[in-house]
Amino acid sequence: MIRSLHRTSLGKTWVMLAFFVGWGIPARQGHAEGSLEAALRGLGSVQDDAVERTLTELGGRGDAAAIPAIEALCDDRLMVAVDGAVYVRAPRERSLLDPVSGEVLAPQPTGTHAVEVNNQIRRLALPVLAQLKLRSPSESVRLAAAQELAERGSDDTVALLRLALEREKSKKVREAMTLALARFDLQSTDPTRQLSGLQVASDLGTPSLKGELARLASPTTADARVRKQAQGALAAIASRQRLVDLAGALFHGLSLGSILLLVALGLAVTFGLLGVINMAHGEMLMLGAYTTYAVQRAFERWIPSLFSYYLVAATPLAFLVAMLAGVALERTVIRFLYGRPLETLLATWGISLGLIQTIRLIFGAQNVAVANPSWLAGGIEFAHGLVLPYNRIAVIVFAIVVAVAVWLLLQRTRLGLQVRAVTQNRSMASCLGIATARVDTWMFGLGSGIAGLGGVALSQLGNVGPELGQAYIIDSFMVVVVGGVGRLAGSIVASLGLGLTNQLLEPFTGAVLGKIAVLVLIILFIQRRPQGLFSLRGRSEA
Amino acid sequence: MTMVARIRQRLLQMHSLRAWFCLLGAAVVLLAIIPLSNGILPVRSALHLPDYLVPLLGKFLCFGLAALAVDLIWGFAGILSLGHGLFFALGGYAMGMYLMRSIAGEGVYRSALPDFMVFLDWKSLPWYWRGFDNFAYAAGAAVVGPGLLAFVFGYFAFRSKIKGVYFSIVTQALTYAAMLLFFQNAAGFGGNNGMTDFKRILGYSLQAPSTRLTLYVASGLALLLGYLACRYVVTSKFGRVLAAIRDAELKARFCGYESTHYKLFVWTFSAMLCALAGALYVPQVGIINPSEMQPSNSIEMAIWVAVGGRGSLVGAILGAWLINGGKSWLTAAFPSAWLYVLGAAFIVVTLFLPKGVAGAWSSLVQRRRR
Repeated sequence: MIRSLHRTSLGKTWVMLAFFVGWGIPARQGHAEGSLEAALRGLGSVQDDAVERTLTELGGRGDAAAIPAIEALCDDRLMVAVDGAVYVRAPRERSLLDPVSGEVLAPQPTGTHAVEVNNQIRRLALPVLAQLKLRSPSESVRLAAAQELAERGSDDTVALLRLALEREKSKKVREAMTLALARFDLQSTDPTRQLSGLQVASDLGTPSLKGELARLASPTTADARVRKQAQGALAAIASRQRLVDLAGALFHGLSLGSILLLVALGLAVTFGLLGVINMAHGEMLMLGAYTTYAVQRAFERWIPSLFSYYLVAATPLAFLVAMLAGVALERTVIRFLYGRPLETLLATWGISLGLIQTIRLIFGAQNVAVANPSWLAGGIEFAHGLVLPYNRIAVIVFAIVVAVAVWLLLQRTRLGLQVRAVTQNRSMASCLGIATARVDTWMFGLGSGIAGLGGVALSQLGNVGPELGQAYIIDSFMVVVVGGVGRLAGSIVASLGLGLTNQLLEPFTGAVLGKIAVLVLIILFIQRRPQGLFSLRGRSEA
Repeated sequence: MTMVARIRQRLLQMHSLRAWFCLLGAAVVLLAIIPLSNGILPVRSALHLPDYLVPLLGKFLCFGLAALAVDLIWGFAGILSLGHGLFFALGGYAMGMYLMRSIAGEGVYRSALPDFMVFLDWKSLPWYWRGFDNFAYAAGAAVVGPGLLAFVFGYFAFRSKIKGVYFSIVTQALTYAAMLLFFQNAAGFGGNNGMTDFKRILGYSLQAPSTRLTLYVASGLALLLGYLACRYVVTSKFGRVLAAIRDAELKARFCGYESTHYKLFVWTFSAMLCALAGALYVPQVGIINPSEMQPSNSIEMAIWVAVGGRGSLVGAILGAWLINGGKSWLTAAFPSAWLYVLGAAFIVVTLFLPKGVAGAWSSLVQRRRR
């Protein structure tokens, strides 16, 4: 019923409009001759040659505002009304947009139908589109256009590219354009062009030209000079790629090392300064990570507008939660076990079992995902194929900040002075009026709190599960063993060293053998320096 | 002194006459009464031991042997090993390899190779699998292999004076690294599935009650002999030097005892005992996989000993049975409570029962006598 009504009213309008306005060209009336809107109307023409002429004209005008309309034309999204006006249908939606401003039209025009295009028009439209995009004021549009041309362009876009290259100011876009040009040169059959392309390719050193280079380097290439040059370029790319891989491994090692550092800093305080083996240290990490998760969930539910800042609230809270857990642990259990490290080890293991089970009962045994806030998503492209994710960079920076803060706390505050005094000579410190028991509690809380901060960092890199801490505890104890008891510097050097060694060995030996190799190295290392890198007599040895 | 008198004196050094009789009684119960109640008594009888309990009790005997090994090194040499799970698992793997070889050609793929190797598209056995079709070789390798590993590791560790918690942590790291290695498919030990689907040992079906009973008795004998061997070691002059090293290593060294050699011997011996336990364990549970090497397993072994009482061999065995009995019951009855109970056991024992149940018992007895 409704449908037929609709159709009749439509039909009426159609007839009336056709009567008053007529077809095609007269519709230009009412628009200033030569305006972009007027030019775009030509795209809606039913005659193919009119569309082709319009495309050429649009290319000549060089106005980037025509891009959406031409894109819509290629995607069958360009709608034309009976009066000849054209509109763009939004992708995957029904609403019609103004072809120039891109705004949703209100009221929506009725009686439109899609412009039909054939492949010949599409072939013609693509270079025009590229040409317009290369002139776009937006850098990212130009870059995308250059990259697209490099992948899909044909030889006749070369002149276009050369022209655009001369005008181009942005370094990134220039590089992409040079790359595209080099690709066309390599694909040509002219040896001089091939040689110039090869020169550019070995200068740029990106792996994206590898396919063309390999073709030229193969024995089927007649010209010996070209072949030799191509082999040289391939070698240059390979050596560059090795450098990039190495840099990537170094970066990953650095970020792994900074996680280890955060864990080991806490251990350096509890194990190093107090001589307490805390097997529940990894669980402090887990508590920090789960606190982050809980805060994230709370922000999601109650204040979603501030969601991207949840880390600001989660970081101090994670520190606090882990610290309180640590203080409670020290007050109730560890205090009675000072001087009996093996028993401490077992008791704290028991505590870690309880903590794991508690978290499991509260949050479930499954891993939970902690979302990165938007400002930590993505990364910087450092070189071709080497993206440094922001979250890893943030973790590295965070670890440095925490390390500096702990160092300042130990070296520049009264508590730090007392801690160092207690570490060096407990009874003398006690005689001088330092409340050694209270210092112990504070230190243990601090060490646990730092582990909680490590948990915040860890939650930004991967999933969070009840057994999160277990994976790190062995590595971090290794750090303390290698670094030597009682020295922060030792922990820092050792954690970075272990993180880097792990990552650098991995490409050659695989992850597992790399770990085993590191372990063997540590055992050999302890042979030579049983006290660790930087040793100081601490309580555990006294 | 005649030979007989000398032996008699040595035996009395190991135990008082009364303790020998107690031991005999325990041996009769474990090795005669329990097997007979399963094998001879009719199924209807109230005293009949059901078939499904036999491998469970056999498992406990193996755990007892492992606890003995941990106690020997921890209670008598003061070295807390967090790596005995590794030796236990290695012994188990050696036995598992024999059991896999004995069913060659009967796997899913009907290949002479174990199924997981066929799956990896391997064409021949790796060199370290050779000889494992022979039971004697496999049994020897199960004990000697881990012993060799312990010897090499201990040599380097003790030589560089790694002591106390450092040694514990390094052994734990060793176990962890080994676990990662065994998780690899390419290592040739079945990856994370390990080995299972065993069928026969020495031609006898593993499902048959008689085979199970035999394995139980073998475990019991191993436990008894292991206990006597440990008791022999700790009551000898060697044992006293060991105690001296435990209590004051520097003083012992100044008296002219090379502590490294003593520790190395007892460490290796303990590792071999533990490996024997693992080798007996695998045919009774029917599976071996790398999760046996989890760091937590090794720490659990330490808590068996801590609960039972370290420095008391009988206590260690009882501790293993107590904890594992609790585990079997609680994981079935209250699954979520088990980790709390285990965690509490760790804390309570270290805080309030430093000498374990055995220590509490003997101090109770002493107080009564007074």
